[in-house]
Parts: sequence; structure tokens; C-alpha cells
Amino acid sequence: MIELLWSIFDVSLVLLVLALAWASCSTQDMMRAVTLFIALGLILAIIWARLKAPDLALAEAVIGAGISGALLLSAIKDYPSTTTVLSRQSSLVEWVINGMTLGLVIIMTWAVWHGLNMSDGLRLSEQVMSQVPVSGVSNPVTAVLLNFRAYDTLLELAVVLTAVLTVLNLNHKRADVAAASPLLRGMTRWLVPLLVVTAGYLLWVGAHAPGGAFQAGAMLASAMILLQLSNPSSLQGFNLTVLRILLVIGIFIFVLVGIWMMSVNDDFLAFNPAWAGSLILIIEFAATLSIATALTLAYLGGRPTGWEFTNPVHSTKQHNGEPS
Amino acid sequence: MISQQLLYALAGIGLFGIGLRATLLHQMLLERLLALNVCGAGVFLIFIAVAYGGIETAVDPVPHALVLTGIVVAVSATAMALALGRRLQELDDE
Repeated sequence: MIELLWSIFDVSLVLLVLALAWASCSTQDMMRAVTLFIALGLILAIIWARLKAPDLALAEAVIGAGISGALLLSAIKDYPSTTTVLSRQSSLVEWVINGMTLGLVIIMTWAVWHGLNMSDGLRLSEQVMSQVPVSGVSNPVTAVLLNFRAYDTLLELAVVLTAVLTVLNLNHKRADVAAASPLLRGMTRWLVPLLVVTAGYLLWVGAHAPGGAFQAGAMLASAMILLQLSNPSSLQGFNLTVLRILLVIGIFIFVLVGIWMMSVNDDFLAFNPAWAGSLILIIEFAATLSIATALTLAYLGGRPTGWEFTNPVHSTKQHNGEPS
Repeated sequence: MISQQLLYALAGIGLFGIGLRATLLHQMLLERLLALNVCGAGVFLIFIAVAYGGIETAVDPVPHALVLTGIVVAVSATAMALALGRRLQELDDE
């Protein structure tokens, strides 16, 4: 009986996610499309939880649904609203695209079917599980992210930094929206401290339970975005030098720890099992700050006023391609 | 177990297909970006479905870490693409 109920739950989740994706991709109204996309992200978060990936469920709810949704929503008004249907390809092209997509889907289905049936159960998970005790943390996902595949995570931080630098170089900060309703401002007073505390909790708990630097950083960024939405002037007094330091501190500390470990263990980012726990926590703390700053700046859509070091007389017009 | 893995993997393939088709069909940047995000979510779902081994067995944490990285990279790439599009818009307006 329980099995049957679970199956019904699984099938309805799958149908819901496919329907939301289809609706979100086929509507002409962008506002509707983005709202459906956010709903899709939330359903995906439930699916991650169902598939025993709670770390991902947290990340998806905060990043996939929350921050991506906020980014896309705020972008809607940057783009002219073309209500006329000029965005369709000719019918021949449409047929070719449909055919190609269908072919690819069939090939992938075959590949997955084969992969699942032929699998002899040989996975990396056994190796990971046998090494988790010496990784310094007991959450296997954090162990993979910050110990076994630390290179990946370092480069991921570099990718985030590169993306944000591009955003900062291309545009000025988006014009502020009018101050929000008293209701939202009042709620923000309660929510922001709660979000900050939750971020700290996620960062700390990531060592032995679902959570970690990415979820914590995104949570912190969403607190900042909420502040910006409810009271546009609240982020203006931020010291820009501090902002610069916050943006790069994650990579800086990561590389510093890596080089230090190289001098001790002859290998870049090879942690001593005795110190690994503390080192990972230090790296995660710095990474959280950097990710939060990066995502907030990415949401603001460009450099805040006064970001350039140039002469204030010239900086009223934009300088393109100038590194900031 | 296979059936559950297969169900979610098929859903992932479905998302991928829907996203890919829409990415290629639409011509507005915002619609394309949204579709591309759906497409990416499909790839993540295939990964996690394959990593899932049933209620009793432990999951494979390596795909989880990869997808976590993927989610963060996807949102940065989206932000960058939106900024590029906004700049293009500004240049068109001038």
C-alpha cells in the first residue's frame, strides 16, 4: 500500500514538473513564464529531497528558484515587451528543430535505459564513503566538494567571480525601484535577521548534515536582495573597498590554504586529516562571503555608484571595457 | 529500484528536450535563457536519478557535488547573459 502511494507521488511529481516546464517554455507572457519557472524550481527541490539529495534541495530552493527567479523577474523590464509573435522561426526550421530534439531524446532514453540495466554497481560512492572519515567532515557531499574535488570548487568560485566581473564591467547598477509597501518593509525587518542566522547555521552544519558554503552564501545574498527590494537605499552606504575584498576573499583564502598545504604536504590542496575540518570551515566561511557578495552584485545588475577609481569628473559617463 | 530511477531519468530527459526545443525555437534572449535553464535542470535530474539507488542503499555523493556546482554555475551564467543582453539593448537604444 505504502509502495503504491509512493509511486503515485513519484508519477505526479514527474507529470507536474514536465507540465510546468512545457507551460513555462511555451507562453508568450514573460511574467507568467518566469513565475512558472520559479514554481518549477520549487517542485524540483521536492524531487531532490525525494531522491535523497537534501543538499541539492536546499540549493535549488535558494538558488534555482529564488535567485534565478529574482534575476529573471528583474530582467523582464530591461527588455522591451514584444507582445507580437515575431519570435517564431519559419515552419521548416521549426520542423527540423522538433525532429532533432526528438531524435536526441530517443538516443538519450536508450542510453539511460542501457546504462541503468548494464550497471554492475561499480561506483565512486564506495571510495568516497571509505575516505569520508579522514576528510575532516562527515557530510559526504561537503567532503567531495571541499576535500576530494577541491580543485573543482576553487575553479567554480573563479567562474562565479568571472561572471560577476563581466556584469560589473558591462553595466551600471539598475535604477532603483520605488520604496516598497510598509507591509514588505515590516516583514523584511523580521526576515533578514532570520535569513542571516539561517545562513550561519547552514554554513556550520554543512560539515555533518545537509548545508554548506553555497547554500549559506545564496541565503545571505537573498537577504541582501530582500533588503534592496524593500528599501533601495539600504545597500547604498556599503563601503566599496570592503565590497571588493569580500568579492575575492573566497578564492584568496582557498588558494592561500592550498599553497600552505603544498608547503606541508607537497601537494596543492592536500589537507592533513588532523586539520582538514578546521581548514574546510575557514575556506567555507570565506567562500560564503564571496558567493553572497557575488550573487547580490549580479542581482543589482552592474557596478554600484562610485565603483570606479577614476576621476569623479569623468566617471559620469560609462567607461567600457575598463576593469573595475 | 530501476523503475524509480528510470521514471526520474525519463523526466530529466523530458525536461532537457522541452528546454532544448524552446531554446532553439525562441528568438528573444530572455525566453531563450529561461528555456536553457529548464534544459540544464533536466541534465541535473538525469544525474541525480542515476545516483539514486533506492531507499536502503546509500546515494552516490559525487553526482550530488557535481550538480551543486552546476546549479551555482548556471545562475552565474544566467546573470552574465542577462547583463550582456542589457548592454546590447543599451547600445541599440543609443
